[in-house]
Formats: sequence, C-alpha cells, structure tokens
Amino acid sequence: MAGGQERILRGRIRSVQATKKITRAMELIAASRIVKAQQRVQAAVPYSEQITEVVRDLAAAGASSDSPLLAGRETIQNVCYVAITADRGLCGGYNASVLRAAEGEIKVDVQAGRGYTIVPVGRKAESYFRFRGYTLDKGFAGFSDAPAYANAKEIGQHVVELYASGAVDKVVLVYTRFISAGSQEVVLRPLVPLERSVVEGGDGKPADASADYEYEPDPTAILNTLLPRYVEARIYAALLNAAASEHAFRQRAMKSATDNAEELIKSLSRIMNRARQDAITTEIMEIVGGAEALSGS
Amino acid sequence: MSETAAMRVEVVSPERMLFSGEANQVITRTLGGGEIAFLAGHAPFLGALDACHTRIYQADGKVVDVAIHGGFVEVSGNKVSLLTDLAELGTEIDRARAMRAKEAAEERMRGEHDADAVASLSRAHARLAASGGLTGTPAGAH
Repeated sequence: MAGGQERILRGRIRSVQATKKITRAMELIAASRIVKAQQRVQAAVPYSEQITEVVRDLAAAGASSDSPLLAGRETIQNVCYVAITADRGLCGGYNASVLRAAEGEIKVDVQAGRGYTIVPVGRKAESYFRFRGYTLDKGFAGFSDAPAYANAKEIGQHVVELYASGAVDKVVLVYTRFISAGSQEVVLRPLVPLERSVVEGGDGKPADASADYEYEPDPTAILNTLLPRYVEARIYAALLNAAASEHAFRQRAMKSATDNAEELIKSLSRIMNRARQDAITTEIMEIVGGAEALSGS
Repeated sequence: MSETAAMRVEVVSPERMLFSGEANQVITRTLGGGEIAFLAGHAPFLGALDACHTRIYQADGKVVDVAIHGGFVEVSGNKVSLLTDLAELGTEIDRARAMRAKEAAEERMRGEHDADAVASLSRAHARLAASGGLTGTPAGAH
C-alpha cells in the first residue's frame, strides 16, 4: 500500500539523519584533534633534533661504538616489523594502507627465505594479523589517539631487547607520516640497527671543536645509554605522526560520510514526497470515482 | 656574576621544550660526578644527568628551578642543552604530592634498600628542591 511505503521511507530518513549527526560530531572532534596532534609533533622536534646532534658529536669524537644497536649484522635472517595503526576504525583507508604495506614487505621476506616478527601497535594491527595467522610478538595498544612518551619507551625497550637478544636482525617501523592536514603517506623506516650515515659525520661544527669534549662518565657509557633513548625518540616521533595522520584520515572519512548522508536524505525525501503525492492522488481519484458512482445511480 | 657574558640554555624533554633562553649560569648534577656548574664559555662537555634539582640563573637575576629525572647535558659553542627523559618546572610541581611521594619512598627505604625506592626518593627530592618545598635545607642542597 502506498501509505505504508511512505512510513518506511520516513523511518529511513530519520535513521540516516541520526547517523549524520554522529558522523558530523566525529568529524568536528577529529578536526579539533588534528591541531593538537600537530602541536605535539612540533613539540617533540627539539628533543629528537638535539639527541641526534649529541649522538653525532659523540660518534665524531670517536666514542667507541661497539653497542649492538650500531653494529649491523652480516646476514639478515629475521626482520621485525613495528606496524603502527589506530585502535579504532572509521578512519577511511588509514589502517588498511599501513597493514597492506607491512604485509607486502613480509611477503617479500618470506619469499626470500627470511623470517619475520610483527610487533603490532594499535588494536587494528593486532586483530588484522592475528586473524590472518601471522606470527605476532608482544602487542601494544590503547594509546593511538594521544601517545605519551612512556608508550614509546615501552615499545623501544621491547624492540631493543628483541634485537639485542638476537631474535631479530633488523627492525623496521611502518607508520603513516603526517605531512600536512591534506596529505599523509605510509613509510617504512629502518629503526635498528641505526644507520651509520645518521650517526656518523659531523653537523657543521669544526672537527677539532668536537674532539676535545669532556665526558662524565666516559663517552662509551654515555653512548650506550644514549642510543636506546635515540631509538625511543624515533618511535615517539613515529607514534605522534601516526596519531596526527589518524585524526586527519578520520576527519576526511567522516566528512565524506556526512556528505553522503546529506545526499541520501535528499534523494530519500524526494522519493517519499513522490510516494505521498501518489497516495493523495489515488485517494482523491477513489473519492471522486465513488461520488460519481453514487450520483450516477 | 652579574657581569658574566650570557649563554644559551635549552631544557627539552621528549614531549616539549621547557625552557629556552639566555642565562649566566646553570647548575646541575651528573651521574657519578656530583654537582656541576656551567658558565658562559665552558669547554665542550657531555654528561649523563642524575635525578636532580637544576638551577638556571638568568641574566636578569631570576632563577629558574627545574626538576630533572635523568637525561643528558651537552655543552658546546656557548650553548647548554639539557636533554631530559622527564623534567618539570619548579612552578608546575604539586608540592604536597611530592611530599607524600617522598614520605612513601622513605617508608620503603626503612624496609629494604632496593633500587626502585632509592630512585623514587631521589626523584621526590629533586621535585621538592625545585619547588622550594624542601624545608630546612637551602635551595639547591640535595
């Protein structure tokens, strides 16, 4: 019956409107968080710049670098992937693109006969790889929105331990780099062993100036405590970038969801109005027809 | 020390930059080396920091107190960079909370001397000293 259809359409419109309210709210929340996340990325820059500088100065000053973090291994048999994703979905292709990049690398490794381990960061990474039967190492989750340095420290300690124990010969970070609110890209960055090019070479200071540093305690001890922190700082930067990207992706996804809902409401109300019109027309026709029949008899 | 030349001082923690500006003198504490003061024109220096109350004497006579819980200090080219694992400005510290933490740590120290208790006591001391809440001891005494 025509009236029934109209009621069904009305219900659908109401439900789409409710969804639209939710997606609009999520869009606004994500938009406000991007700014905050971006500020945190900026705030972390001085520390990571300076720690890089100190590591370089130390290496330039000839601190003996027998730390396992610096010494690369001859043959790489096991690679560890730290895949950084979100804890929640509803952010477009954000999780999928990180996971796809990590999975692709793993497949290449498997074909080349190398082993792999995955350290999933974020619930989505963990559930994705677990469902597909990959071997997982310890996972970290629950902080993808606003990661703290303590989270990076935890991951860093775990990864350094994995590397130092010989379980893996290389650690790669897979995360989404935040370039601007409009563009982000998935990147694979080797984390451990630290690249010599990063660590070595001066930073523009005269070579003799860096040679006569005073140390307390000795340079090797400083370097050995400094390197794990350097790794942590790198992970922290990656986490912050990932968080900012997540918010940007979510904002875009929710914006298009809101737009789609609007579109849907528009076309649904058009159909509903037509159905209503039809119902009225039929009703009038019936009445007129009935009156005609009565007067005719 | 009012006439000493100024140098650049930066205190950064992984999460933010706490202090950046000109200063006449910086006093901090290195691991195993005790307290150390840097004046302008100090020789290049690299050290690991202990949990301590660091004081930055600014050119206008003001003193900035910072509680530092481990990290590194680099001095080069008339610039002192304090790279900390965790740091708090003296003005931001909740003194009552730090006092409670100190008492709790002292309580634990009575039982057994584990490294954890020692570390938390020195952290509490650094906080209290930086916030000026360590009564009976002159500012800066550890």
